[in-house]
Amino acid sequence: MKVALTSSAKTLADPIDMHFGRAKFFILADTETGKAVAHDNAQNLHAAQGAGIQAAETVARLGAETVITGSVGPKAYRALQAAGIKIALVEAVCPGTEALRRFKDNELPVLDKPNSEGHWV
Amino acid sequence: MNRSPVIAIASGKGGTGKTTVAIHLAAALLFHKRSVQYLDCDVEEPNGHLFLKPRIVSSETVGIPVPAVDAATCTSCGKCAEVCEFNAIARLKKPLVFPELCHGCGACALVCPVGAIHETPRAIGVVESGHAGSIAFAQGRLNIGEPMSLPLIRAVKAKRNPEAVALLDAPPGTACPVVATVRGADFVVLVTEPTPFGLHDLSLAVDTLLPMGVPLGIVVNRADGDLRVHDYCREHHLPLLAELPDDRRVAETYARGELLFDCLPEWRERFENLWTRIEEQL
Repeated sequence: MKVALTSSAKTLADPIDMHFGRAKFFILADTETGKAVAHDNAQNLHAAQGAGIQAAETVARLGAETVITGSVGPKAYRALQAAGIKIALVEAVCPGTEALRRFKDNELPVLDKPNSEGHWV
Repeated sequence: MNRSPVIAIASGKGGTGKTTVAIHLAAALLFHKRSVQYLDCDVEEPNGHLFLKPRIVSSETVGIPVPAVDAATCTSCGKCAEVCEFNAIARLKKPLVFPELCHGCGACALVCPVGAIHETPRAIGVVESGHAGSIAFAQGRLNIGEPMSLPLIRAVKAKRNPEAVALLDAPPGTACPVVATVRGADFVVLVTEPTPFGLHDLSLAVDTLLPMGVPLGIVVNRADGDLRVHDYCREHHLPLLAELPDDRRVAETYARGELLFDCLPEWRERFENLWTRIEEQL
């Protein structure tokens, strides 16, 4: 299964980025093979609006079935729902490897509503 | 000038007296036997009506066109999402529209190769028009929580009657709503107060509006002898049109929602003089 983690840098050893839309990187990890590839999110990082929507588009295009992150706003949530992507929530910053292990052990709660306010410019 | 001028009353800082100046200019113009229109473009918080107490005779809903995607026709090519500058369409299995981000430009419908997008209006507010005695009146009221104010401001400005002097009560600040209000005006009156904050925000407003090529003039409200705004006007070659003295009775009258001329007749002359000064600049 492919999962996308929001990350502050390029490897799973790096800390999770708690933001979804404006995460620095998405790391696409394969839970079966352990393969992990980082995707730069610089473009969305500086978007005036709709960063969460674009981020949802990106992870959908990457083929992720679940997103592991800290917070998801209302529009990103709607887009992820429409794409059929689940959201697993980390409550505090931790390395990507730990978030992934806890996800595999079913320790991460699944988000069933947005947990962050939308932002206006 | 053949047609009557459009005068915008703006300010950098909020609460300096835009509405006070706009409504009393309107009233003063009547004494000059001019037809006058007061157009409240401060659509997030229009307040001129509190003083002019207009009779509203029509109310029109203003909307912007937002895309609706026909899922059966859509081929999921993604061109609509790609062309959208505002990230209002997510390219998922089928396009997902976020109407609250849409600016209504119509590009998505234009680029759709199979005609799967048609536009439907999304209401953003109302334009109310009527009259306050001999003053023609219109104001925009933006829906609560609505971030898209520019189309409503344009709709208020569309109420303009070229036969009458139009006074546009602008929103405060220096952002798009001010620019949308001022665009096309013949003259801008910038109202400031003689404080460091007033001067600071005045200079921001001047920096925003000068590149638009609209002539500007300054009104100092609640003048109390501080001359920093005077120095600024001299340095920047901006005409100082009027100084309205700090007067507690003005604040009291304003707080009661009344016009100054009824109880403070000497103020009528101040605004008639201000109009004369504006006319000299046109």
